[in-house]
Formats: sequence, C-alpha cells, structure tokens
Amino acid sequence: MKHFSSLLLLGALVLAGCNSGGSGTDTSSTATNTGNSAPSGDTGEKLKVVFIPKDTANPYFKPVGQGIDEAKAKYNFDYQEQGPATADPTSQIPIIKDQIQRKVDVIVLAANAPNTLNEVLDDAKAKGIIVLTVDADLTGNESHRAAGILPTDFAKVGESQLELMGKQMNYEGEFAILSATTTASNQNTWIATIKEKLKDPKYSKMKLVDTVYGNDEPMKSSTEMEGLLTKYPNLKGVLSPTSVGLAAAAQVLENSGNYPGGPKAKNGGIHLTGLSTPKQLKKYVDKGVIEGFQLWSPKDMGTLAACLGTSAKRKKIDLKFGTEVDGPDGKKYKLDDKGVVYAGDLLTFDKTNIDKYDF
Amino acid sequence: MKWRELGLLAVVIVLCVACTMKDRNFIDPHNIDSILLWMPLLLTAAIGQFPVIVIRGIDISIGSIIGLSAIAVGVLLKSHPDLGVPMLFAIGATIGLILGILNGALITYAKIPAVVTTIGTLTLFRGLTYMVCGGDQIDASLVPDRLTVLAHSGITVREVTVSWLLIFALLLGIITALLARFSQFFGNVFAYGSNPSAAYLRGISPNKVQMACYALSGLTGGIAGVMFLSRFGNASPASAGSGFELLVIASVAIGGVKITGGSGSTLGVVLGCALLAVINVALVVLKVPADYQTLVYGLTILIALLIDALSRGVKKQGAAA
Repeated sequence: MKHFSSLLLLGALVLAGCNSGGSGTDTSSTATNTGNSAPSGDTGEKLKVVFIPKDTANPYFKPVGQGIDEAKAKYNFDYQEQGPATADPTSQIPIIKDQIQRKVDVIVLAANAPNTLNEVLDDAKAKGIIVLTVDADLTGNESHRAAGILPTDFAKVGESQLELMGKQMNYEGEFAILSATTTASNQNTWIATIKEKLKDPKYSKMKLVDTVYGNDEPMKSSTEMEGLLTKYPNLKGVLSPTSVGLAAAAQVLENSGNYPGGPKAKNGGIHLTGLSTPKQLKKYVDKGVIEGFQLWSPKDMGTLAACLGTSAKRKKIDLKFGTEVDGPDGKKYKLDDKGVVYAGDLLTFDKTNIDKYDF
Repeated sequence: MKWRELGLLAVVIVLCVACTMKDRNFIDPHNIDSILLWMPLLLTAAIGQFPVIVIRGIDISIGSIIGLSAIAVGVLLKSHPDLGVPMLFAIGATIGLILGILNGALITYAKIPAVVTTIGTLTLFRGLTYMVCGGDQIDASLVPDRLTVLAHSGITVREVTVSWLLIFALLLGIITALLARFSQFFGNVFAYGSNPSAAYLRGISPNKVQMACYALSGLTGGIAGVMFLSRFGNASPASAGSGFELLVIASVAIGGVKITGGSGSTLGVVLGCALLAVINVALVVLKVPADYQTLVYGLTILIALLIDALSRGVKKQGAAA
C-alpha cells in the first residue's frame, strides 16, 4: 500500500515536474529581487527535493536531513534522502544521475570531494535543477552549484566561545584553552581570534594562562586537562573548542569535583565550556559539571536548504553570488562572493534546552 | 631483581627527581594521581603483550581490540543499562578473548606471520568497531557512574589516590609474575621463545603455546577496553584505543622484554609502563611546548632503551669477572 501510494505520488510529481522543467533557464542574468513576500506564502505544484549526504552512515547528516524533511509541508515538496554507502569521491555520481533521471527540482548535497562532481552537476543545472551544497562545499568549483550552505560563519566561532566563557566566569580570572592539534587550522583561527578579542576592555580582567593540545585523543586530552588543574591552582575556566577535548575534560573535571557546585569546588570551581554535540555532553550538563556549551545546528542547514532551494526554483531566483534571499525565519540571508551562505549563529546548549536536541 | 630492572627503576627515579627539581608541581598529589591514572590501561594490555613478545611474536591489533571491546560494551549498555561492573568486565574480556583466538588461529594454523596478521586484524577489528555501533559514539550518558567511579576512587594515602583500576591492573601483574615463575605454561612460553625447535623436541606444542599467548593478549585487551570506558567516560569508534598498540609494544620493549624472544619479566613490564606514564605526564606538567613534546618523548624512550642496553653490558661484565 505504501509503495503504491508513493508510486502514485511519484507519477503526479513527474507530471508536475514536466510543467516547470523547461523554465529553469540558469543562464539568465537578471538578478531578481526577492521582494517582501515570505517564502511560506508560496503555493504552486509540489516540488521534489533530494538530499544526498556524504554517506548513509554518517550521524552528523541525520539532523540535516531532518531539517529538510520537517520543512516539506511549509514549502510544499516531496522529500527523499539518497546517500552512497561509502564517502568516496565518486560514489555520489550515480546517485546524482539517478536523481536527474527522476527529474527532481532541488538537489541538496554534502559533497564528498570538491572536484569530482563538476560534470554531473553541470548536467543537473542544464536540466534546471537547483543544486545546493550543505556543510561540504565544492571549494574551488563554486560555479558548479547554485549556492553553498555552511552551518555557521566559522570566523565568528572564537568570539562567540570567548563570550560564553566570559559570561560563565563573570569576565574575571585565569582561563586556559584545551585545543585539538597544533596544526588544526580552524582551532588556530579561533584561538587567534580569542587572543585578539581579549584586548577588548570587556575582557580585561580575564587572563589566558595557557593553550594546550590534546591531539583529539581521549588519553592525551585527559592528561592535558589534569595538567591544567595541577599547574594553575587559581584557574577559573577551561575552554575546549573540540568535542573530544571537551568530553575528556568534562570527565576529568567531574572526577576532580572542582566544578561550580561540585563536592570539591575551590573559589567557586572551574567553569568548563567549548564546542560539542548536545548528546555527548548531556550527562555532564545534567550533573552541573558543565553549565553550557555551543555548536552550530546541522538541522538549520537543512531547513535553510529547503527554503532556499524551493524558493529559487519557484520564483526563478538567480542565486547569483551576492544575492539576498528570505530565510525560513523571515530574516534575510546574503550569499557572499563565493555563493556561500551561513545557516546561523552558534547555538548554546544548557540545562534549559539540551533535552530538545537529539544529535 | 636483576640488573635490567634495577637500571630501569633507576631511570624512573632519576626522571622523577629531575622533574621535581624542575617544577615542584610534579609531586603535587594531583599530578601523582595523573601519573597513576595513566598506567592501568597500558599495564593491563602490556601484561598480555608480554608473553606474545617472549615467543618472538607481536600483537599489533591490540589498539583495535581495546576499541572494539569498549564500543561493544558501550552498545550493550544501551540495551542493558543495569549490567553490573563484574559482568561488564567479563563481557569485555570475552570479546577480547575471541578476537585474540582469531589472531592466534590465523598465525598458528594459517601460518601468516604475526606482524602481517595483526596489522590486518588491526584494521579489521577497527572496521568491526564502526559496524557494531553504526558509527555512533558511546556518549557519556550511557556509561554508568558505577563504572567511571573506579577510575577516581580507590585507596587514598595522603591525598594520592591509587584507583581501583590500577589496583586491578597491578593484581593482574602479580598473578602474571607468579605464573611466570611457577606455572608450566609460562615455562613452555619461555622455552619456546628461546628456542622453538628445541622446545618442540622437548614435547612443547608450538601451536598450543602460540594460540594461548594471542588469546591471552586479546583477553587483557578486552579488559583494557572496559577500563577505557571507565577512565574516559565515553568512547568514539574512531579514537577508542587508536594508536595504543605503539604504547603497549613500547612499554614491553622498554620493560626489557627481548624482541628476539625468550626473556623478560613482569616487573620489567610494570616499570616500562611506569616510565611511559611519568614521561607523558611530565611533558604536560613541565610545560614542554606542544610542538616539542613528540620529539622529547621519542628521545626519552631512546635514552631509556640505551640505559637498558648499557645495564645489560654491566651484567655481562659482572658475569665474566
């Protein structure tokens, strides 16, 4: 029964797809203004949106698909997820070909490689399909997709993390950073931003005493965290913008009992924060070892992709680089000069909201 | 105690004194805790690796055995959150034992050299680890407090805690030391290691010895996997136990177990683990810059091996005199 109805639906959609199929002229250079109407007000025929994750096993992409799926009523589309079994550079090609055959309207793609999909994506584009990347962009080959959605503006992560750390330790006292490896470029950018922002008078009473590296290994990260507790008896905060480091640090801090409200809290205890998924740290938040921490929302990437893809298709918006589009929340999202758009700010997870997230 | 162990003990003591002189934080109770916590996992796995090296073999897959045991036990905790601690260790040990028997069978009956076999199973077991958990992490909320508490409680003397994990590992060490001295099995292991063909002529079954050694290595790896969950409170299929094989083999080699087979002692292995623990924690607490740590670590291991070699020279001269 389920198969039959989906077959029927498919048939209807193929017909519907035929109506709009020829109209997607991607070569038109008119930069269409989106106007004031919210995308949710759109009607018209049901579109077909497919999400192609890196591979079907990667848990990170589950909430991305969920974000698209949950938007299907609002933007009136039929949703499918079709991932390859392995995250090989070429494993997505046959899937994209199938989807072109199926005459989908929007392909949302987490690319396994930035340079192997150009040809097949150009085919899709020629058929009027809107191709959006999520999380993993076609760096260096941006012209082969309409727009690239990244979870958050990574340039702002350092600042956001420092602000959270500052808030927790009341903008006062010694703190240290527990990072991943000395060669991790994201980490280094964030650390550099943090050091720069510390010059702000707001943070003048905060002192970064050390930056240590746990190499994203549980053992090394734990030893480094224990070392921080030994070396800096006046430590008030530890910031670990890497999930392996933060999880290890949380266990060490719990064992030491030296967290705010902990059994062995000295001078109010040590505040620990950083970047991680809510699921990994829920236990420590429930116990009060960690007050709050942050991460971008993979789900919001999916929602934005659904909104952007369907409205670009319906309104024939040329997603030219620099275009401003209406987002799912009514806010304007601007594509930068590489066609990249950010799904949102970092989310902060704490006791009040951690139960709402499942990733 | 032999020259070799005395030499190693001297290295450990000198290193501790030097570190304390450099920075008083080194003998801070927190730091001693950190050193003591570094040891149990390593020691447990090294105790199993010890007889394997004695018979001129090697178990490179040990890191993945630890990982698979940790993840499989974690997955089991998802559906059976009430499993008791002894049961968790028994399950981990059984998983390790099965993997070890597989290694042993491939080496003994398929006659694939140990290095090649265990490089293969290192990857195979890691692959199984991903499969068992579907790529998902074992989150902290799955690991019960009754397990993690073993890593931070135990016997406390003057603010220094000897954790239950370490006590357990040391007990395993004592049992091994006794077996090495008194058991028929270890007698066979040493005989086979010093001269396989002579051992065969004496009626020692090479197949049985090999199978037993790899099974034992798997067993201790499985126990170490449950210790991993206890110590770190979570596990990811990618990083759990990953790279541990190098530490385990290094600690056994530093402990004076000859790679060419036939000799070694449990005390040496314990001291080898202690030395690695001291070095790794010292690098952190003495604030050695991250970019230099690997180099200093490598150098210290080489120096330890060199002193070991020299102390062996002393022994030989002593014997000649």
